Amino acid sequence: MDVKSINTPGYDIPDDLENQVAITTLDKIYNWGRSASVWPLMFALACCGIEYICAQASRFDLSRFGMEVTRPSPRQSDLMLVSGTVTKKMMPTIVRLYNQMPEPKYVIAMGACASGGGPFKEGYNVVSGIDRYIPVDVYIPGCPPTPQALLNGLIKLQEKISKQSLKTVRWYQKGEDQASIPVPILGPDLIDPRKITLIKNNQA
Amino acid sequence: MTTPTPVEILDLSSIFPNFVTKDNRPGYSGWILDKKYLLEFATKLRDEYGYDLLTSVTGVDYYPDDRMEVVYHAFKTIGGPVVNFKVQLPRQDPIEVPSLVSIYPGVELQEREIWDLFGIVFTGHPDLRRILMWEGFSGHPLRKDWKEAYFEEESKPFKSRWPEGKLIHAEDNNKFSDNISYPKEFDPEKWVPEGEAALYGALAKYEHTSSDGIKSDNIVINLGPQHPSTHGVFRVTVVLDGESIVNLKPVMGYLHRNHEKIGERNTFLQNMPYTDRLDYLSSLSNNFGYALAVEKLMNIAVPERAEYIRVIMAELTRISNHCMALGALFNDLGTFFTPLIYLLEERELILDIFEAVTGSRMMCNYFRFGGVARDLPEGTYEKIKGLVFERLPRKIDEIDRFMSDNEIIRSRAVGQGILTAEDAIRYSATGPLLRASGVPYDIRKADPYGIYDRFDFDIAVRQNGDIYDRYLVRLEELRQSVRIIQQAIKGLPGGEIQTGKTQYQVRVPAGESYGRVESPKGELGFYVISTGKPSPWRYHVRAPSFINLTPYGYMCKGQKIADIVAILGSIDIVLGEVDR
Repeated sequence: MDVKSINTPGYDIPDDLENQVAITTLDKIYNWGRSASVWPLMFALACCGIEYICAQASRFDLSRFGMEVTRPSPRQSDLMLVSGTVTKKMMPTIVRLYNQMPEPKYVIAMGACASGGGPFKEGYNVVSGIDRYIPVDVYIPGCPPTPQALLNGLIKLQEKISKQSLKTVRWYQKGEDQASIPVPILGPDLIDPRKITLIKNNQA
Repeated sequence: MTTPTPVEILDLSSIFPNFVTKDNRPGYSGWILDKKYLLEFATKLRDEYGYDLLTSVTGVDYYPDDRMEVVYHAFKTIGGPVVNFKVQLPRQDPIEVPSLVSIYPGVELQEREIWDLFGIVFTGHPDLRRILMWEGFSGHPLRKDWKEAYFEEESKPFKSRWPEGKLIHAEDNNKFSDNISYPKEFDPEKWVPEGEAALYGALAKYEHTSSDGIKSDNIVINLGPQHPSTHGVFRVTVVLDGESIVNLKPVMGYLHRNHEKIGERNTFLQNMPYTDRLDYLSSLSNNFGYALAVEKLMNIAVPERAEYIRVIMAELTRISNHCMALGALFNDLGTFFTPLIYLLEERELILDIFEAVTGSRMMCNYFRFGGVARDLPEGTYEKIKGLVFERLPRKIDEIDRFMSDNEIIRSRAVGQGILTAEDAIRYSATGPLLRASGVPYDIRKADPYGIYDRFDFDIAVRQNGDIYDRYLVRLEELRQSVRIIQQAIKGLPGGEIQTGKTQYQVRVPAGESYGRVESPKGELGFYVISTGKPSPWRYHVRAPSFINLTPYGYMCKGQKIADIVAILGSIDIVLGEVDR
């Protein structure tokens, strides 16, 4: 819906109210509120977490974007900022945290490691990117991304939120909960429960 | 830097003629002894010859030779060179060696790490479980015949990387299209997960009787790996009686990024950026330690100007690290974020200097073998000068004035988490943790490296060994670092910053070396073995935050649950270094 059609709603506004009434869509006001108060999970994995702390401190000041309220509990947060190398040993915890977050929830993969393994990709305990297990909304490149890059990524997330529509978003759909992910298991190596058949076929 | 090869003060082979022989391999130093005499030897070394600080234990796999080695590095807390002794073992399972926990309790976590990564069994170890990987993981990854899922070649650069200009993804070579591989006999449908029975079993070993005679159950509580005050992905499992701590086990490995395995495939210079990511709050100190270790092997000198720049950068790193460490400690003590933000302001100014000089705020990758990567850019000299002569001394005094007499800080920190001098040495603690217990041991004075012997500074020492003293030691170290930089910046000479021409592929002669620096956290050591090939044969990091966690459980016993985070904050750990 473009600006012109919003401002000409098709019915008359009395003259004396014209400057006091703003007309918008439900989607817009809903998304405006959500995107300006994203609550991230207080959760830092590695080096990128330090740049995240710097972004929160006075110089870069995340609160300008309404994102300064970090919550220690996943039950109260909207955004999981995966800031650092994800190891196999940590993976079950991260999936569990993601499952515990209430809808609407977003994930940002901050830095090279969370996006695809980064410099440690070849390591035996490193997951090649968080997107193998949980859906990612924004990827931020860098090792580590500077606080400016992180802010840019967060603004991108705000843009994404403001483009969503109540009609199509995942969490208002009928049917099964689509967001819940089976928790990986620590076996002889990391086991993804969704890939049991693949593993069985390849083991034979 | 040309350090003459350390002179062995003790001729151990004449003191223990029956079972100690000199290590005569070219480039190696130290002593080889039979494992039967290890306990007797270690007891004598500690009690009669004064080597009370066993800082580093690690394993080396000499596959395809039928040999594994356990390498020990011992020092005296009054200063002086290393005694390096090794036990050689045949490479057939079970590979067994007596545990030294009864003599040097500081090896407890390190021996667990060697069991985890090399599969060497330490007989007599009280709690031999895996530490970095999880129970049930298949294989011991640092063995040379153990290959990971993405294994391509023994050393970099991989030939497959750009055949005809086209990138081949590592996933394409793996049958699961992922970084996983399973042992042959593994069947996902019949397999039962092992869980954490071993951890809880280890916790239950300790009997506890309540002092008031009332029979009550103990509670087991897990903090972390996702917990706001564990400084990262650290986990603590604790047994409580009411609110008092009965027993506590640190659980780590949630950030184990396989530095050592990757480092054995990288070329020597490729490891430099990886060292940045160990202790990511003080990357330049890590560069320093690794550069020292390899320079010892190469036996090259560092130009005067580069030495001064190194010292300035390393001390700036110490200031920026302590800013973060103190801020986090204040947070843990209950001052919700305000002092941290005050301190981060100073840290940002130092990071600006790092960005100007090295090109990056955190991951500096600045040191080279025989110098530094680039000279100070224009304007940086004045910036550092302004910082250390005017701004920082004022700000340190300000923090001192605001925090040192703060009632809440004092009541939560004074007399809590006490570690006596004897225990700190027994548990191989180093850095501010050791100095706060009254042991004036600072590698910059005890075994000077670089040009630290030219500067006039004091070792920060306190006597009580509690949280408050650790805070004061760090505060004093800030002042001393400023003092060192003031002297260094005044004396900064002109000239070259690199010996010889810069090169990507350095030639490192065969041999072993142990380079150590006083990093902001403690003794940071790099044990490097070269076989003359482009990659190191063994690359081990003696991580101070990891080993400083050994007395953590001991310090917490009898304290209240709320003190766990305060004591952890006073140790000052960085998970990148704990887990590597």
